[in-house]
Amino acid sequence: MTEKNPNINLTREQANVAPKKSTQSATFPAQFKSLDEVREFAARQAEACGFEPDEIFAVKMAVDEGFTNIIEHAYGGECQEEVECSCQTNDEGLTITLIDCGQPFNPLEVPEPDLESDLDDRMIGGLGVFFIRQLMDEVSFNFIPKSEGEGECNVLTMIKRKKSTD
Amino acid sequence: MEITTTQYKSCDLVKANGRVDSYTAPDLDKALEEIINAGHYKIVLNMSDVEFISSAGLRVLISTQKKCKKLNRGELVLSAVPERVYTALDLAGFIPLFKITENDTDAVGLF
Repeated sequence: MTEKNPNINLTREQANVAPKKSTQSATFPAQFKSLDEVREFAARQAEACGFEPDEIFAVKMAVDEGFTNIIEHAYGGECQEEVECSCQTNDEGLTITLIDCGQPFNPLEVPEPDLESDLDDRMIGGLGVFFIRQLMDEVSFNFIPKSEGEGECNVLTMIKRKKSTD
Repeated sequence: MEITTTQYKSCDLVKANGRVDSYTAPDLDKALEEIINAGHYKIVLNMSDVEFISSAGLRVLISTQKKCKKLNRGELVLSAVPERVYTALDLAGFIPLFKITENDTDAVGLF
């Protein structure tokens, strides 16, 4: 594809072009059958952001684990409530937030699994959060007030940065 | 996800296709559980067409391996593991817990 850009020799400020930034949001029922759609939604944003296939796969895994944790812990199982997935892309990478208004649940307080124990002692709890931490560059958690009524919602923020091309 | 099982003299071969996540992992668990409940503890799981696996899928593999290896009665062997699935297994520290073969012939030959 060729595109003529008359501002090619100007800096971004001179050309008055803001960093390419866009946000896409969607809500999904807090059910395991939503996982495929949520993963594909995040994967599309990662692809649009210019990530490599391996990085897109990592984003899919992280979103899957985050969404699963919300269903299992914040909502205590599948239900009719919704989870919002918001993807913000910019020149630096992709920021994904998962927002639910279930019970307060901070996944980052889950202890890390022991990855070296024998088969008999091997527990699987905490593996999902471990994956999120390993696959994404920055992970944080906070509460925001509910838009309606009292109480707070859980916000899990996961950032995947583009590899430096320098 | 589609699951097919084939019974051989020395072991049972299970082939899973598609995505193994929290939605589909219970189906895989059920298929493997049925084999174990039939008294068969030597199982090969062909993963060549597994496009995606989450910790929920890995949980099924580890619980199956525990049941199969109990009393040294058998083992779950993984065959034709795609690169990305291997990466997930590696990230979870699961590589030392499973025999992984290139193809089903090699896997069946282990029993």
